[in-house]
Amino acid sequence: MGDKAATRFGFYQGLCELAKEKEDIYALDADLAKTTGSVAFQKAFPERYIDVGIAEQNMIGVAAGLSRTGLTPFCSSMAVFACGRAYEIIRNAVAYPHLNVKVIGSHGGITAAGDGGTHQAVEDIAAMRSIPGMVVLQPCDANQAKKMARVMYDIKGPVYLRTSREPVENITEEEDEIIPGKIQILKEGKDMAIVATGMMTILAHRALEELERNGIDASLINVHTLKPFDKEGIIREVEKSGRKVLVLEEANVIGGLTEATAAALVECDGIRFSHIAIEDRFGQSGETGELLEAYGITVENIVRKAMELKER
Amino acid sequence: MRDYSILAEKARTLRLNTLDMILKAGSGHIGGSFSIAELITALFYGKMNLGDGPEDRDRDRFILSKGHANPILYSVLIDIGWIDEKEKDTLRRLGSPLQGHPDSLKCPCLDCSTGSLGQGLSVGVGMALGLKKQGRKGMVYVVTGDGELQEGICWEALMFASSSALDNLTVIVDRNHLQLSAPTEKTNGLDDLGAKMRSFNLSVSEIDGHCFSDIFSALDKDSQGKPKVIIADTVKGKGVSFMENRVEWHGALPNKEQADLAYKELGGRRNG
Repeated sequence: MGDKAATRFGFYQGLCELAKEKEDIYALDADLAKTTGSVAFQKAFPERYIDVGIAEQNMIGVAAGLSRTGLTPFCSSMAVFACGRAYEIIRNAVAYPHLNVKVIGSHGGITAAGDGGTHQAVEDIAAMRSIPGMVVLQPCDANQAKKMARVMYDIKGPVYLRTSREPVENITEEEDEIIPGKIQILKEGKDMAIVATGMMTILAHRALEELERNGIDASLINVHTLKPFDKEGIIREVEKSGRKVLVLEEANVIGGLTEATAAALVECDGIRFSHIAIEDRFGQSGETGELLEAYGITVENIVRKAMELKER
Repeated sequence: MRDYSILAEKARTLRLNTLDMILKAGSGHIGGSFSIAELITALFYGKMNLGDGPEDRDRDRFILSKGHANPILYSVLIDIGWIDEKEKDTLRRLGSPLQGHPDSLKCPCLDCSTGSLGQGLSVGVGMALGLKKQGRKGMVYVVTGDGELQEGICWEALMFASSSALDNLTVIVDRNHLQLSAPTEKTNGLDDLGAKMRSFNLSVSEIDGHCFSDIFSALDKDSQGKPKVIIADTVKGKGVSFMENRVEWHGALPNKEQADLAYKELGGRRNG
């Protein structure tokens, strides 16, 4: 377990380590170094760090240009701005020519709590998944985020990585392998499969004990790769887990893990399906705890949904 | 090569080839291709270091940020042998490397995929920065439209190019005063574009974009460590009288009669 850490900081720890051996790695930000975590790279490699100022569109364009000279740029902003403000630059200047540019959106989901809905990304996953050729990743904890740096580097093409604001406990080990494009089975169980991504995997992990007390033996599947989506893996695990599935995501229900999982299972018989997601609405201000509760993103809600599903 | 009469002849041939390609394709942008004929001729035949060909990492780079003018760029690339001559008749056809807007995946000798206005300039800035960071000597040339400068990303990119002192970057604005729907100044006017650019601390030249001596003196000017901007005053549709300065020739296709007249004025005949 260990101390809590946020994926946004874990990722840059990994990138700084990798950048020691890979001189082509550059990091770009749009005036949010401390927010996104890229400040760690700025301190370690000032010559390879580019702050373009408050100009996310140009950040992505510049990254495309750097990539065209053989460098490997990693660009950060809050997910809302990285994927929203710069969406069409990512689409046309990066993904259309399939350039080796990495985009990291921090504060995915609603945990930019105090800042309110303008700063809370509910649609980033859907937007990035919908771009042809884009790989979409979301680590569940800081250990996994750290390892994502090399995973992203090894993929020669555009990649989006979503990180989170909230510090969470590490449930994976640094040694755990990440196989991009494959689901990660954190626990086997016979009653139902909990399919989760990002911070929701942590909440689900916290819920396991309570579920056990309630007689539910759930498997826990972490989806660190939202695209390409491991359809076969999902089918296999759900069929092994009583054909019941509970999907958990801190993103809009449209275009995210819920729909991807449903689509994967659509041809399977006798599936019982439940989910927690953001139900097509924006975030808002609040304290993190009360905000998550207002949106049903809690351990208690996971337990409640699982118990309902058990009875179906 | 700086022989202006040979270059003028080259520009005329490029216009003819562009017309051929667009007529064959059944669509394409003549007006904005013709306005940059002399500029692109000067760059490719008299200024840029093309090295040992497209694969050469140390050659100069060219980005047509106003990607819709690509028929004239394709004409150049066919002429210098970077694109196979046999592709000439495939513009805008399914599976062609000559997409309706430049596509560097399908046509790898292109330095950038463009077409979504404003982005080529931003990518060019990144390219110039990337070359500088790696101590490589290639220059980056970007051609933008004037209407294109209404896109906010252009100013983000110019501001950043200036503050990064990218003296290996030259931005050429095809100031033809027309955009798709209407005159640029009646749409969202750029007004004194030179003053705007100078206020960004860029090295600015304002020239006649159809005059080779003007073009070369601006291209050769020492920019004193700044990115270079050349505002080239041009005529949209230049070379064909009834197309010149007419907003409708942004993307229109000539009918048979108009095509015959255009060929006649350009001193050529329909090829294929």
